[in-house]
Amino acid sequence: MDTLHLSRHISSQFNEEIEQIRNHVMAMGGLVEQQLHHALQAIANSDTDKAQQVIDNDRKVNDWELTIDNECTRIIARRQPAASDLRLVMTILKTIADLERIGDETRRIAMVALESFNTEQQDLLVNLDNLGRHVWQMLHDVLDAYARMDVEAALTVYKEDKRVDREYEAITRQLMTYMIEDPRSIPKVMNVLWSARSLERIGDRCKNLSEYIIYLVKGKVVRHSDESELERNARS
Amino acid sequence: MQTKLAIRDFSLWFQHQQVLDAIGLTIPANQVTALIGPSGCGKSSLLRAMNRMNELMLDCRSQGQVLLDGQNIYQPETDVARLRCRVGMVFQKPNPFPKSVYDNVAFGLRLQGQRSRRRLDEQVESALKQVGLWSEVKSRLHQNALTLSTGQQQRLVIARAIALQPEVLLLDEPASALDPISTLKVEELIYELKAAYTVVIVTHNMQQAARISDYTAFLNQGRLVEWAETHTIFTQPASQQTEDYITGRFG
Repeated sequence: MDTLHLSRHISSQFNEEIEQIRNHVMAMGGLVEQQLHHALQAIANSDTDKAQQVIDNDRKVNDWELTIDNECTRIIARRQPAASDLRLVMTILKTIADLERIGDETRRIAMVALESFNTEQQDLLVNLDNLGRHVWQMLHDVLDAYARMDVEAALTVYKEDKRVDREYEAITRQLMTYMIEDPRSIPKVMNVLWSARSLERIGDRCKNLSEYIIYLVKGKVVRHSDESELERNARS
Repeated sequence: MQTKLAIRDFSLWFQHQQVLDAIGLTIPANQVTALIGPSGCGKSSLLRAMNRMNELMLDCRSQGQVLLDGQNIYQPETDVARLRCRVGMVFQKPNPFPKSVYDNVAFGLRLQGQRSRRRLDEQVESALKQVGLWSEVKSRLHQNALTLSTGQQQRLVIARAIALQPEVLLLDEPASALDPISTLKVEELIYELKAAYTVVIVTHNMQQAARISDYTAFLNQGRLVEWAETHTIFTQPASQQTEDYITGRFG
């Protein structure tokens, strides 16, 4: 879908550059999504090999950020983009910064999977399962919305973040109870808590990504606005 | 925001061909307004309509109003020579007279009846200083203006225009024949001039419009498509036509 007519420049070379940079963002997004998926699997199955693989692959995410950063700089220098082209470049720069941070959070989650949990403590990790799947779906949906420049889909992701926040609060309360009941478990529980916190942060970043999509397509800055205002802007 | 020029429902024909169609546009005082659009869209005709230069063409007919400080310049009793002193113009190719640098700037002043040598000296120096040319030409004021570089010539004709202390300055592609450094000097000059004058500029160079103007009007096929603050036009234009034009897309 090409709602912004990004492939209709008179300069076919510019069309190709834009096409390429968008594909690279999708590739980076796909990699980050896969990383998160693997990190969650590593935790669920106590799979240290997979966890290590996620940690090693984070470098690839970082490399993508540098590559795309360079491509954006080149477009700004050589094409002086305006209007939707300019918004696209600005959006991509912000998007890859958030994707890179999602990569970092994912790496943190994988580090937890490297630790050994005894069977009893293993139960703690189950708590992360739902939240993890929820956040992973959010990331998947927002990347999809980006590929299709779909404002409605971006809005759905935006609203999803509230539910993620509530799930995170519920997990926090539950983990507190564990700690009160068995203080010896505190170090392990803290690790699980940090992972939950990482997932919650990834949800926040997906929300950012959805705001960028609305800005890109509608030309309206919706960051730091409340939900009803954002919805009005996105649908106007 | 004070309005200097208000164009109301203005249409223009050359012979049977309509080149402007019901243009409504406000030119704010002491701001730079850029007119952009593809070749033949009517932007230069609109610029010339602001000091009735189109009338120099044969078979030119217009309808509607152009208000300068609230007075319609198209009413029959308008003194056109006086109007063109108040609304000065600079063209694409620098067109100094084949006279000395000094005489070029003094030309209009003499026409206005200024005879005092001392007053002329002062006004010529002041105009040349305003365009940043004084230090470059003060030692050769009496050389032929055609010996100056193209960039200097363009600043000289701007000095010639502002020596008459106009209220509005119309610039038709003032930098398109200049190299990048001279272009930047002219742009810098335009930025400084807006403190004293209202500036309207026609340009094909979109980045130039983006750099120097406060307001931008986009014309296409004789119609005003969009008028807004320049930063709005270049980040989130309201019209798809504007968007396609400034981003170089097929319309």
